[in-house]
Amino acid sequence: MANNQSGSGSRLVAATLAFILVAFTFSTIYVFAARVWWPPETISLMGPVIDAQLVRTLIICGVIFFLAQLLLAFVILRYRDRGQRAHYSHGNNTMEIIWTSATAILFLALGIAAESSWAELRLRGAAPGAVQVEVTGQQFAWNFRYPGPDGTFGRTDPTLINDSAGNPLGVDFDDPAAQDDIITPVMAVPLNQEVEVILRSKDVLHSFFVRELRFKQDTVPGLAIRLHFTANKVGRYEIVCAELCGMQHHRMRTYLEVLPPDEYQSWLQEQAAF
Amino acid sequence: MATEAHPLVHEAPQGFVWKYIFSKDHKVIGIQYLLLAMVSVVIGMYLSVLMRFHLAWPNAKLPFSDDIMTSEHYLALMTMHGTIMVFFVLTTAPQSGFGNYFLPIQIGAADMAFPTLNMLSFWFTFVSLMVMVAAFFVTGGAPISGWTAYAPLSALGEIAGPGLGLGQTLWIFSLAIFCGASLMGSLNFITTTLDLRARGMSLMRMPLTVWAWFITAILMLLAFAVLLAAGVLLLLDRLAATSFFIPGGLVVSDQLIAHQGGSPLLWQHLLWFFGHPEVYIAILPGMGIVSHVISCFSRKPIFGYRAMVYALFAIALLGLMVWGHHMFVSGMSPYSAFAFSLLTMCIGVPSAIKTFNWIGTLWGGKIRFTTAMLFAIGFVSVFISGGLGGIFLAQPTVDIFLHDTYFVVGHFHLTMGVAAIFGMFAGTYFWFPKMFGRFMNESLGKLHFWISFIGIYAIFMPMHFIGLAGHPRRYADTTGVDFLAEMNPVHLFITIVALVTVGVQIVFFLNFFWSMRKGKKAEINPWHATTLEWTVSSPPPHDNFAGRPPTIYRGAYEYSVPGAPQDYSPQHVPEGVSAPVSDR
Amino acid sequence: MTARTATGEVELIEVGGGDRGPASAESRPGRGGDGGAAPLFPQRIYISGIVLALAAMLMFFMALASAYVVRKGLSGDWIPLGLPRILWLNTAVIIVSSLTIERARRLLAPQAAGLRGFRGWPRRWRGWWGLTTALGVAFLVGQLIAWQQLAAAGIYLATNPSSSFFYLITTAHGIHLLGGLVALSVVGFRSWPAEARVNHSTAVTVSAIYWHFLGALWVFLFLLLLVGR
Repeated sequence: MANNQSGSGSRLVAATLAFILVAFTFSTIYVFAARVWWPPETISLMGPVIDAQLVRTLIICGVIFFLAQLLLAFVILRYRDRGQRAHYSHGNNTMEIIWTSATAILFLALGIAAESSWAELRLRGAAPGAVQVEVTGQQFAWNFRYPGPDGTFGRTDPTLINDSAGNPLGVDFDDPAAQDDIITPVMAVPLNQEVEVILRSKDVLHSFFVRELRFKQDTVPGLAIRLHFTANKVGRYEIVCAELCGMQHHRMRTYLEVLPPDEYQSWLQEQAAF
Repeated sequence: MATEAHPLVHEAPQGFVWKYIFSKDHKVIGIQYLLLAMVSVVIGMYLSVLMRFHLAWPNAKLPFSDDIMTSEHYLALMTMHGTIMVFFVLTTAPQSGFGNYFLPIQIGAADMAFPTLNMLSFWFTFVSLMVMVAAFFVTGGAPISGWTAYAPLSALGEIAGPGLGLGQTLWIFSLAIFCGASLMGSLNFITTTLDLRARGMSLMRMPLTVWAWFITAILMLLAFAVLLAAGVLLLLDRLAATSFFIPGGLVVSDQLIAHQGGSPLLWQHLLWFFGHPEVYIAILPGMGIVSHVISCFSRKPIFGYRAMVYALFAIALLGLMVWGHHMFVSGMSPYSAFAFSLLTMCIGVPSAIKTFNWIGTLWGGKIRFTTAMLFAIGFVSVFISGGLGGIFLAQPTVDIFLHDTYFVVGHFHLTMGVAAIFGMFAGTYFWFPKMFGRFMNESLGKLHFWISFIGIYAIFMPMHFIGLAGHPRRYADTTGVDFLAEMNPVHLFITIVALVTVGVQIVFFLNFFWSMRKGKKAEINPWHATTLEWTVSSPPPHDNFAGRPPTIYRGAYEYSVPGAPQDYSPQHVPEGVSAPVSDR
Repeated sequence: MTARTATGEVELIEVGGGDRGPASAESRPGRGGDGGAAPLFPQRIYISGIVLALAAMLMFFMALASAYVVRKGLSGDWIPLGLPRILWLNTAVIIVSSLTIERARRLLAPQAAGLRGFRGWPRRWRGWWGLTTALGVAFLVGQLIAWQQLAAAGIYLATNPSSSFFYLITTAHGIHLLGGLVALSVVGFRSWPAEARVNHSTAVTVSAIYWHFLGALWVFLFLLLLVGR
């Protein structure tokens, strides 16, 4: 027994380790609870629902985190080697059953609580009459297309795509529906109106991410993904790319303008004039 | 027994090459794997240091260089850091390294079932690493598509970005070779565990390390075959103009791509069918080692041994069914998100069982704070912290915001990265006396632990924080986005802590190599442990038990049995024999 | 994950209490390999090994099969592939080869050897074994002819996803079958000294298991290519 005793069961080691665990636990909980870092205030109708689920998860995980780390700290302090004899036990089936079913119920309930908001966000289609915007990602820019007064997007053809000639989406201007399409490098949406975005990509995967909208969706070449949101606060927000798309991934940024309906209309007309 | 030739006992090899290079001895192969992982971890850490440096000081010249890092350089480092760490460190060291060395000894076998296959498995891994590293030195450099290599970025070739030409091709070849190596290795592990256990070593008497390696091997057998198939498809898309993953009508740099109708999501499904089990491939062996070490230094049997085994199985089984939780915002059917989400939440249950059982083992124990034990306790703490992050990411609603942010980076680094590495450290400090007959220096070991433990939390918890604030991952720098400016101080903080934490790993390496030659001599069973590796000399002889396989009389963790002569009852000592034969 | 095999040689030790006394340990059969086993019995580890290797191969082909189903379901560019008629013949050939290798395996089974002694069977065994090998070669030649017919019709690897999958799946299966042919040849022509690490019975059983698997796998893949066109 001579060799393995160096520092074993030492009060100093036990106390230090327990102290680190406690300090880490409290400081982590402080940063989360005081919201030192937190998602920006939401501007989406569904934002509060998502945030509520985030907070619910944070509280449940926070309590488990707190209890588990402190229990670990306690056990280290209490049962360090002081020459006592260890308690001989192979476990306790009742306790196994209790904590198995407790965690199962807790985690599954939390998971099920999140499902209804997911259904609302992703299973329900946009209401008829929602403002339509086609979002197309490319290395390394965002393009937004509005159908114009006729409410119909013109035909596109990849062979017509020519960035330098000012047709990044390959819109076929021989199509009558394409005549009034508006293509912009920034996105504007009207306040308090449901917006249906049609997400596309020209080349590789990108991801359309607006923090304030609590909105993130990969744009997948070959797919047109339809999702919807309603912005309820006027302002200018950053749109970034959240899926690695190549060299300039980190610079693939533009803006979302949430405008009152009249300003939105005049913005559209302004863009159409170009 | 001595006259009956054991079919697996091969003659001790003669000559340096057959003894140390093309050795078929599982112990030599285990050490070869560990050394390969050490080389890889040094490369991987160096890459991460460069990345952290660039994130903290984006406009500064790199140390020892006249260059400011470009974004493609950053992304190449990121891809290679991820790939090297995931495959050549986290898969290699805990499973192939420690598993090779100790699985046969712990079940009382003379060697692995297929020693030649075992040797081939290592050399395939070695070639795979060489091919991977070669990607740095070809035209265009290493790939920039991340370790997940999402198509079509990874499928289009050079046109989509630097490194996506030959570099990406080498990357795929390397992983295909690695798949072959892993399949050979896992087949060996499973067969050995099933067929070569010593007399009396029933399944429920096996050490939890053996269970963990065994279950990990099953996962590897099933998962790497799928990665191989995915790699073949990707390679054909790149080299043979097929269209498995490349959709029609793509326009890259104003150039129309001549592919038709492939599905980028198909790649993600195949990759994550492998990729999620891979997370458990990395961490399950750590769980085994930690259980082993905690029981020994608490001087207590494992609390709920059977529950631990069933939990390992449950984690592995669920791990094969939850790959879709990486794809909530990928464009996959939103209906499938329900199933993937709830199944993922279910993984929280066996994880909690393991955590409670570790704490239950400590409870009422007689805890000795060796360095191995400190790392094992650190593992439990990190596993709690990292694991709970998974509860956020498992819910599609919450994941919408957190997906592909630094929250994910922090989460997986804590769980599959740090926890797995703490498992390796625990194993290294614990088994070093067996492998080399000498102790590692405990004072340096403790220094290594304290700084590492504080360091990893100070690195990876802040990543959770800025992820919660919406910081996207895989950004070469933060200058392109306004809202990231306020997070720069956090990057600076993380980088400084990372430099210190990486620095203290040098202490570990010095301790490791110094102790091999100069460490304090260890006897056969220095920790007074119960399992079979502590019944043979340190280091063990060529065929482990000198042709006399032991007979097993009890479970693996019989510590502090009331009425027993000492506080440990080795597996191979019959009832009523007072002292362990090997200790006399 | 129990590795039960056709021969029933592999059995997991009953999941017993870890802390049972030595009595239960003594009553169990030794697990230390097959040191004392009669050389006529297939050696357990090799049976386990081949079954596990087949599990990995099955995962590989299942990944390809599910990619096939997904890729076909997702896209609008899929053109059904008219399969060359010779594939029906090839399928018949590989099914027959499964029967012939089974005949050979049973000739070598310990019971048969015990009844007839060591004389008499090796020549008949060699006949069935050689026939299997020849059928395997015939199958591969048939597959090559199928490729040739497709290529003559202007259908290549990258022509359409359906042809990509056809070439990929037949190649992958063919490579595995080629490996099987190498094994059959080695087992058929090598002489088996008594002190060989792998005994003859093991080699025959392992090859037969692998060969049956390749046959069944081909039938599955053929049905996939046929029905899932």
